[in-house]
Amino acid sequence: MSSRSKSHNGVNRRALLKGAAGAVGLAAGSGAITGFPYVYSAEPKVLRYLGTAVNEGDEISKKCLEDTGIKIEYITATTDDVTKRVITQPNSFDVLDTEYFSLKKLVPSGNIFALDAKKIKEFDNITPVFTKGQLPNGKKIGDQGTAPWKVLYLEGPNSKKFSTTPTEFVTLIPTVYNADTLGIRPDLIKRPIESWTELLNPEFKGKASILNIPSIGIMDAAMVVEASGQHKYTDKGNMTKAEIDLTMKIMTEAKKAGQFRAFWKDFNESVNLMASGETVIQSMWSPAVTKVRSMGIACTFQPLKEGYRSWASGFCVSKAVSGPKLDWAYEFVNWYLSGWAGAYLNRQGYYSAVLSTAKANMTPDEWGYWMEGKPAVGDIKAPDGTVLEKAGAKRDGGSYDDRMGAVACWNAVMDENDYMVRKWNEFIAA
Amino acid sequence: MNSSQPDAISGLAAQKRRGKSFSGVTEIGLSMIQDRKSFFAWLQAAPMMLVFALFFLLPLVFVTIVSAWDYNEYEMIPAFSLRGYTDTFEGCVADLPDLCTILKTYLKTLQLCLMTWSLTLLIGFTVAYFLAFHIRSKTWQIVLTLLCTIPFWTSNVIRMIAWIPLLGRNGLVNNALEGMGLIHQPLEWLLFSEFSVVLALVHLFTFFMVVPIFNSMIRIDKRLIEAAYDAGATGWQTLVNVVIPLSKPGIVIGSIFVITIVMGDFVTIGVMGGEQIASAGKIIETRLNALQFPAAAANAVILLGITILIISALTRIVDIRKEL
Repeated sequence: MSSRSKSHNGVNRRALLKGAAGAVGLAAGSGAITGFPYVYSAEPKVLRYLGTAVNEGDEISKKCLEDTGIKIEYITATTDDVTKRVITQPNSFDVLDTEYFSLKKLVPSGNIFALDAKKIKEFDNITPVFTKGQLPNGKKIGDQGTAPWKVLYLEGPNSKKFSTTPTEFVTLIPTVYNADTLGIRPDLIKRPIESWTELLNPEFKGKASILNIPSIGIMDAAMVVEASGQHKYTDKGNMTKAEIDLTMKIMTEAKKAGQFRAFWKDFNESVNLMASGETVIQSMWSPAVTKVRSMGIACTFQPLKEGYRSWASGFCVSKAVSGPKLDWAYEFVNWYLSGWAGAYLNRQGYYSAVLSTAKANMTPDEWGYWMEGKPAVGDIKAPDGTVLEKAGAKRDGGSYDDRMGAVACWNAVMDENDYMVRKWNEFIAA
Repeated sequence: MNSSQPDAISGLAAQKRRGKSFSGVTEIGLSMIQDRKSFFAWLQAAPMMLVFALFFLLPLVFVTIVSAWDYNEYEMIPAFSLRGYTDTFEGCVADLPDLCTILKTYLKTLQLCLMTWSLTLLIGFTVAYFLAFHIRSKTWQIVLTLLCTIPFWTSNVIRMIAWIPLLGRNGLVNNALEGMGLIHQPLEWLLFSEFSVVLALVHLFTFFMVVPIFNSMIRIDKRLIEAAYDAGATGWQTLVNVVIPLSKPGIVIGSIFVITIVMGDFVTIGVMGGEQIASAGKIIETRLNALQFPAAAANAVILLGITILIISALTRIVDIRKEL
């Protein structure tokens, strides 16, 4: 192309831009006439949402845009990378989806905004599991590890210290949580499994697995050690060096004896191991069990007498967020707790933080199956419409009260984390 | 570029030779020309040097500095501390004669590296030999070389997950062997073992051996091989005395590729080893994930040091720059 025609194009482009600007102005103007409150509303409401893939559903962002006009831009990373990003690049996100145990690392970094409890509409309706450490019926639940109520409140708006009593400065608004246990293949084991000790039972030599995320893996290991009666921990989520040594010694012996088929790190790995029959008993997450089942393979999220290891996640806001963006962040969190998203999560086998609003968005049959441990009246369907369970099925572990009431410990970051990580590397190398 | 460089060098040398016989004045003029030439050479190399300095050397310097910092649960503390190193070698003296974690890990990594290297070399050399000497048409050489890239057509994760239906307890290989009545119990060591790790690494990285060796071989003057044949050398003698010595640069370059990749690999070793086999890279990853950046940096410096040692030993054997 000659330089002459280039400049000609340039003029054209400029003219086009002018026209476009005019059109935008016209649109904005006509918007004002038709009754938009102010021109400002023409600016798209966008929130950058940093989290793991588990909670980042397209359905949720679509529904949110529809209901509130807020466009959610997902930034997906692994649990560890999410934490890394918060600490090293606090400006790269607005809303953070993370777990309570990460707060011990995130809050001291000063990159987390203290949310105002008064601006969260449903705050008082959040299940007492988070605020008081008890079930709605008043039953106390296990508090070992980084239990949410220990890190829920800050002492002040700019404080880096957790408050032991409720304040109006909240670190993380809970959205989703669950009680985890071992997954088993009942068709291959062919006998009842009742205790965590079964993970190290020589009967399953070469067919067991544990997850290779040190902070969670060691908790599962501790459940096993305590169940076998070899040691009683004061706090499984905050071991002493001697306790870490003992736990790792028992696990190392099992590893050397060939107990484990493989360790897994990723959701899909755990599904593959179980579905292919490489393992018959392993640490597992609830949606992974659902996925194996949806492949037509028998898999049970086995309730065990020593209880569950629980986790909970929710929303933080970056300290870098201010102005209208901060209002949208509150709007988004409020929308999330208003019921639709809660019902969506409950239907996946998770639990939602505000039970009353979620209940209003579910059918009585769904509520009965997922939350009350009742046999399903009709087929139970996943949010995408695939049939998860046939009529008559009951949820593994029963009702919300049965499952959350049997929580023994919470995912944690220990004081001796550095030592634990070193010992975990030693375990892998053994 | 390869062919023009020797020309330029020989041109300079010729000038030097001529310069000696001329008077002093011309010599100054010539050295000015030389200065200008070397200035332009530097200028030509400058963009690459800049990229190299900015995106490789500088970060490396940072990593080294950070490796000597202190750290806590959530941040690096810019105060001198060798904790990252001392922690890494924890128990190396106390646990004797047992090996400490870091030594065990490196021994294992080196062992895997050695196995992968020898297998990729053997297979890579054979494939390259076939491509260079048995395939006459250029088109077919290109087509077959492209075929060698098949392992790279899918993503790392999918490729590795695909091994499970093949090598798993109920996989194709075990079913076939059982069907033929060769075994009665599935072979457990096929998957999540050192065997599967080496298999996957060889499958992935043989290509990095094939290309440089092929490149060396194709530049061997065919008349040399004819001469060897005419002089009565057997096929084996020709291979050992002519082809292998002349393919050395390719072999060394391929080896550098394979060794550096395998030394730093933790994804393949992790997935194929069922996360039960330690690797130098895995230690760094675990430390990073626990936000212990200085400790991770210290381990990275150690890994870098060991890899540089291996590479410099290799380049001692063959001077790549001279051979190219």
